[in-house]
Amino acid sequence: MFQVVIGIGILLVVLILFMLFRIGTLLDVVKGSNQKVVTKSNKVNAALFVVLLVIGFGWIFIYSYVYFDDYNLPLASEHGVETDYMFWVTMAITGVVFLITHILLFIFPIRYSYEENKRALFFPENHKLELIWTIVPAVVLSVLIFKGLQVWGDITSKAPEDAEVVEVMGQQFAWTPRYPGSDNRLGDFDYRLIGDDNKMGVDFTDDGSYDDFIPREIHLPKGKPVLFKIRARDVIHSVYAPHFRVKMDAVPGMPTSFHFVPTKTTAEMRVETGNAEFNYELACAEICGRGHFAMRMIIVVDTPEEYEKWKSEQTSLVAQNEILFNLVPDDKKELAKVKGKVKTEVAAVESSEEVKK
Amino acid sequence: MSTEDTMHNNEHDHDHHGNFWTTYVFSTDHKMIAKQFLISGIIWALLGGALSVIFRLQLGFPDMDLSWLKPVLGEWIDIQGKLDPEFYLALVTMHGTIMVFFVLTAGLSGTFSNFLIPLQIGARDMASGFMNMLSYWFFFTSSTIMFISLFLETGPASGGWVIYPPLSALPQAMSGSGLGMTMWLVAMALFIVSTLLGGINYITTIINMRTDGMSFTKLPLTIWAFFLTAIIGLLSFPVLLSAALLLIFDRSFGTSFYLSEIYIGGEALPNTGGSPILFQHLFWFLGHPEVYIVLLPSLGITSEIIATNSRKPIFGYRAMIGSMLGIAILSFVVWAHHMFVTGMNPFLGSIFTLLTLIIAIPSAVKVFNYLTTLWKGNLIFTPAMLFSIGLVSYFISGGLTGLFMGNSAIDIQIHDTYFIVAHFHLVMGSAAFFGMLAGVYHWFPKMFGRMMDAKLGYIHFWFTFIGVYLIFFPMHYIGIAGFPRRYYSWTNFDTFNGFTDLNMFVSIAAIFTFVAQFIFLFNFFYSMFKGRRATANPWKSTTLEWTTPVDPGHGNWPGDIPKVYRWPYDLGKPVNDEYAAKFSDEEMKNVPDFIPQNIPFSKTPETNFPNENELIALEDEDDKAIEVK
Repeated sequence: MFQVVIGIGILLVVLILFMLFRIGTLLDVVKGSNQKVVTKSNKVNAALFVVLLVIGFGWIFIYSYVYFDDYNLPLASEHGVETDYMFWVTMAITGVVFLITHILLFIFPIRYSYEENKRALFFPENHKLELIWTIVPAVVLSVLIFKGLQVWGDITSKAPEDAEVVEVMGQQFAWTPRYPGSDNRLGDFDYRLIGDDNKMGVDFTDDGSYDDFIPREIHLPKGKPVLFKIRARDVIHSVYAPHFRVKMDAVPGMPTSFHFVPTKTTAEMRVETGNAEFNYELACAEICGRGHFAMRMIIVVDTPEEYEKWKSEQTSLVAQNEILFNLVPDDKKELAKVKGKVKTEVAAVESSEEVKK
Repeated sequence: MSTEDTMHNNEHDHDHHGNFWTTYVFSTDHKMIAKQFLISGIIWALLGGALSVIFRLQLGFPDMDLSWLKPVLGEWIDIQGKLDPEFYLALVTMHGTIMVFFVLTAGLSGTFSNFLIPLQIGARDMASGFMNMLSYWFFFTSSTIMFISLFLETGPASGGWVIYPPLSALPQAMSGSGLGMTMWLVAMALFIVSTLLGGINYITTIINMRTDGMSFTKLPLTIWAFFLTAIIGLLSFPVLLSAALLLIFDRSFGTSFYLSEIYIGGEALPNTGGSPILFQHLFWFLGHPEVYIVLLPSLGITSEIIATNSRKPIFGYRAMIGSMLGIAILSFVVWAHHMFVTGMNPFLGSIFTLLTLIIAIPSAVKVFNYLTTLWKGNLIFTPAMLFSIGLVSYFISGGLTGLFMGNSAIDIQIHDTYFIVAHFHLVMGSAAFFGMLAGVYHWFPKMFGRMMDAKLGYIHFWFTFIGVYLIFFPMHYIGIAGFPRRYYSWTNFDTFNGFTDLNMFVSIAAIFTFVAQFIFLFNFFYSMFKGRRATANPWKSTTLEWTTPVDPGHGNWPGDIPKVYRWPYDLGKPVNDEYAAKFSDEEMKNVPDFIPQNIPFSKTPETNFPNENELIALEDEDDKAIEVK
């Protein structure tokens, strides 16, 4: 019933608008203004550009100023300082160009609107002008490019040798991080080894894997270079850590990487933002299916001391899951026990099983 | 009014000799084919717009009960009245596909290249009317397949309009990658055939069928734009076809062009050695030129409209051609700027940053030339002129944000956020749309012999112009705040939890702008039948299409094809010193402010420049030469 009333209402409004339109057209015919090339509307349209200019720019200016903290994302990485600086320099340059061109574009209509006995200026070309507005943008752009490529070169340079390595794997629809453990070496992986227990396909015949661990959230040390080794299990994802200005696709079959230096601990950021609940987050930035919008993982930035402590408290994969331990070849089991700090009970179960065989 | 109507009908009866099928359906007349493209484009635009309204409802009002959409969307709305997250992606994907290809490629180039090329170069029709007809019907078939795919139980293609594999290659990854994706690929293959048939025709026609005197340097900028667009399309669309073909192989025949080391749905796939990045390279090799395929015709159209309605020549005709050429060439070497953070070699990223920012130079030249054309003009604000100025505004604001996106260092943060959504919707989406609307308002009298209502046009313009800015300007802020695109909802993240009010605002603006388009629709269809009768040259323009009768029949000109003597922008030409001295005020006033291209210099001694007076001698010789033959 309610919908019918709305329907009738809309119909009536449309009919009224149509009647107004018909009356308007007939009035134009009576007044003869439909025969003219240029009517009073010309000035109205021209004036509206000026109105839009004033209100539009006023609004943009006020909004940009008042809500700056809302859209300016807090920053917590070294290279982010550079890219943010570049962003705002570009913003200043483009802002000025935007302002100037729009003032001209929106003022010209009223300044040069049609007058009956006026003739436009016949001004077909001027090489000097063309040259000016080819060269000036070229020079400005060269500056932007030069600076941009410098920053880009630094960001994409080879990661420092002492960087803390964290492997991040994307899958539908979650992230899994893996740490190399005390030997600082990630064990090999092979996608064919992936299964319910070995969800990252870690190769347990490789010595490097015995002290690897998979935590629930990513921890990073403040002030030390961090290298994300990125891969994907099924489709393309993209590692996106907005506060660190980090983004790199996770591509199946093609490992990628991104290195950066976190500059503020989570605790410091909580103070800075005045938000006691603040957490760094990892999101997915490349469409990957139904749960694309929900691939959240928390990143915690600790002081280096806290970080080392946290690392030492983690349990290695082989110690965590017996099935994974069983994947270790017999001749390396002892090594795995030592490196992975496997508790003796697991080993005991293991040996008793061997006895049964 | 009524007598005019009957006269109109009589003319129709007289003009067309075919029956209904050959006249309106399987027509080989370029004007009818243009109208077919236009109307198909309008229908697609409405559909594409409607899809965007649905996902804007989800983004702006995440708690809204969408049960009322159940009659249309059925199972895609769940019991709680929530949109299915996978169908949300389908909506986004189809909105992009429809708008980019079916509206702004087929609807724009298809309409105006077909309509204007023969009329403006002085030809009776396209080089091959039959191929032209095929072009439309391939497009129609493609459209039908794409349309049907919307109603599949597993949903249409949903992996984004860029259809990156492996997501688009594996039905296990999302349901839309099943039959929906197959139909997407088939539809696009047919679409590419259509585009190529059209493109070959446009190029051939422009090269071979220009009338006497119509040298390349006398071509209107519209034709230059269509010409370059067709060339870009011809070189880049086949690459998309090959990309799609390899994807079809991967999907159906077990090859591994794009697939490698994938574990999905509980099993490890046998494919190894492929590269998803290869697809991205191939896709963007079309994908980026596609931006200019969409934009160049609009820039051509507005050049023409701005010059005509400023009553002065376009400033820097040759610079405009040069910048279009520059854009066309550079458009082929910037594609990888879409891929800075895909894991592509960073050195490549540097090269593409450099090349990408270079393309800003010809674009800047175009903008300044538009501004100088307006400067000291005698501006008439027809709806077409308003939309053209709107285009310039979008081209500036969207183009400037390109300097952020194109700079690889800055792109790291804003890649795949709302910043890029704002950027391309302004510079390519809205700007191209405005070019198309400007073109419709401007050439409507030539298409249908009637005028569109100007006042409705003004209202349509202001609602749309402001509406589009209200939609896309706030998106920049949302993007700077880091909001990723193609997100069904942001509530999972603390970082993206703000801006609910701004998102709601954007959604309201989107709905408002969408509704405003019905003003245009009404105006378009009403004026087609009931509009005021047009005169042959209502805008006092100089190009050849306005020398045809009000309703140009098959063959365009009833008599001989006009000969061309001058460039297309003799608007507001001043009286030369010799005549200014002897003319009375009255005589000065009576000098027309526009001289069509088919008027010889011998007829206009009062406005000729000295070098043009020399051309008069050649005119005679030319005519003699023709007589000798």
